[in-house]
Amino acid sequence: MEENINMLKPLMIAGRQIKSRLLLGTGKFPNSQVMADALEASGAEIVTVALRRVEFDNPQDDIISHVDQKRYLLLPNTSGARDAGEAVRIARLARAASGWNWLKLEVTPEPNFLLPDPIETLKAAEILLKDGFVVLPYINADPILAKRLQEAGCAAVMPLGSPIGSGRGIRTADQIRIIIQQATAPVVVDAGLGLPSHVCQAFELGADAVLVNTAVAVAEDPVKMARAFRLAVEASLAGIEAGPAPESDDASASSPLTGFLR
Amino acid sequence: MSSFYEIIPSIDPDRIKVKLRDVTTKQVKALLDSINSGGIPQTDDIAILTSPAAGELLEPMAQLAKDITLRRFGRTIQMYAPLYISNHCSNSCVYCGFNVHNKISRRTSGREEILSEARLLKNKHISQLLLVSGECPAEVGIDLLEKTAGDLKGLFPSLSIEIYPLDTPEYRRLYDAGIDGLAIYQETYDQEIYSMVHPAGPKRDYQYRLGAPERGAAAGFRQIGIGSLLGLNNWRVESYYLMQHAAYLMKHHWKSQISISFPRLRPAAGGYSPDYPVSDRELVQMICAFRLLLPDAGLVLSTREPAELRDHLIGLGITRMSAGSKTAPGGYLDKTDNKPDEYGPAAEGQFNVSDDRPVKEVAQSIRAKGYDTVWKDWDKGFEDNPK
Repeated sequence: MEENINMLKPLMIAGRQIKSRLLLGTGKFPNSQVMADALEASGAEIVTVALRRVEFDNPQDDIISHVDQKRYLLLPNTSGARDAGEAVRIARLARAASGWNWLKLEVTPEPNFLLPDPIETLKAAEILLKDGFVVLPYINADPILAKRLQEAGCAAVMPLGSPIGSGRGIRTADQIRIIIQQATAPVVVDAGLGLPSHVCQAFELGADAVLVNTAVAVAEDPVKMARAFRLAVEASLAGIEAGPAPESDDASASSPLTGFLR
Repeated sequence: MSSFYEIIPSIDPDRIKVKLRDVTTKQVKALLDSINSGGIPQTDDIAILTSPAAGELLEPMAQLAKDITLRRFGRTIQMYAPLYISNHCSNSCVYCGFNVHNKISRRTSGREEILSEARLLKNKHISQLLLVSGECPAEVGIDLLEKTAGDLKGLFPSLSIEIYPLDTPEYRRLYDAGIDGLAIYQETYDQEIYSMVHPAGPKRDYQYRLGAPERGAAAGFRQIGIGSLLGLNNWRVESYYLMQHAAYLMKHHWKSQISISFPRLRPAAGGYSPDYPVSDRELVQMICAFRLLLPDAGLVLSTREPAELRDHLIGLGITRMSAGSKTAPGGYLDKTDNKPDEYGPAAEGQFNVSDDRPVKEVAQSIRAKGYDTVWKDWDKGFEDNPK
């Protein structure tokens, strides 16, 4: 029997209803066709694209021409930006060339771990929000920074589970828990999710959505892995909706000894 | 400002040689296991990974290098091409075709010629261009480079230079003019050998050259490429220096991306034959060793290497490749070898290219291996200050 298991109230970002809580990145795929097939299999609606790799003067651009923009919401990112100035300029150039208004703000001055610079990220977010962008900043799992960005008007915050591409899962769970608890905008756990089980963990922490790229793109079978992540999202949401049994440190018999008192 | 030059005296090649000799396969295995399970290796571990003992474990090293490369870079290879501006040179590097004493046909391309060549490369989809020149500031000075960068920046989102070392303010001028990457190889970190293979000319100044990557990073270059010319010194010892240099730059100039090149000496005018030839197997070991210790560094392989070897190394640590390269100024214009063109007689190349496949063919080869070619990875235009 077909059953809609995704009955949670829909995810809203910047006033737009987002159907899938799985966001997918487009980097590192072996070719554009595999990427397009993986997007399809993932069920994702929001798709990130690195602006630094887009050839704006080329209508046949490899990435853009393979993402159907009628179907997917492009979330371009400013990866490679080393400071607020660069991030702002990337965003403005991209909007001038393509009209994209949503932005995953990444300011990662250190090229190896690609950890976000909190100070420059906040600075850039403030400028871009004034410019009218819908800003979703990539941040370290810092609850105060998350608050500051939400106060500034960011449409969501995207704390990392572990460094980009590391596949190490959610190593920042305690901090992410606080971010989620205090959130006034959706929380998208981004970076480091290497396995479908990591996605489950993110939702069990209370995340609103997750973003995955490397885990799918470099899998032996990216399309199958995209589907696996989709299923993990669906399983997590169904599990939450089903109302999990309370956790307890002690074993408890399912037929309690005091049952006769009823 | 501190410099890597201050670290050099603390590196003792004799001690490194002893260490290299004494490494056991057990140590190598333990290190590979540790890296495989997420352990963070030390820079000194380069001696373990380049040891003869590690050579016995090349296959597991290669497996691990492949996995790390895949995770960090995905199935992608960045593409670039060099454009030689001049083969005039005041140096006498014994291994180099441009050596001032070599009787070769020389020329310096003018701005118009550079632009014509650049357009040809652009038509082949090249978006990352490396401008190369011998050391002859009278022929190729900062002014010409600055103007050239201005001419080219609209065509190429990324421009790099591989020229003689400069001071920070000069690098800054070039950075401001549109150049975002600097490649400068120490050739050898061994000061004695350095002195022998650079008998005359400004390049004799070891310290000034060694400090160039630092000055370039200080000027703002995003990409800093370093390397040793393989064949001048024991590659295992050279790797140790190179690793320390990379680690130093990453720590002190943390906003620049450090990449490592592995140029092996090729036949060139002058007929130099290397004292320390590096075999294919050793080259692969070196590349894998660097990948294991520097998971995020760009590792570069040029057309100095033959097509077959390059194809095998796709994904095995290497992340950047040149293609369709010509190593003479005007080289892309010449339809046939040694034929004069509208700008003058054909000039001699720096070395003989080994992989002479056209760009398209190299790209096809990469795709056939299940990898995607990345032409554009940044746009220098992003760096201007927002108004």
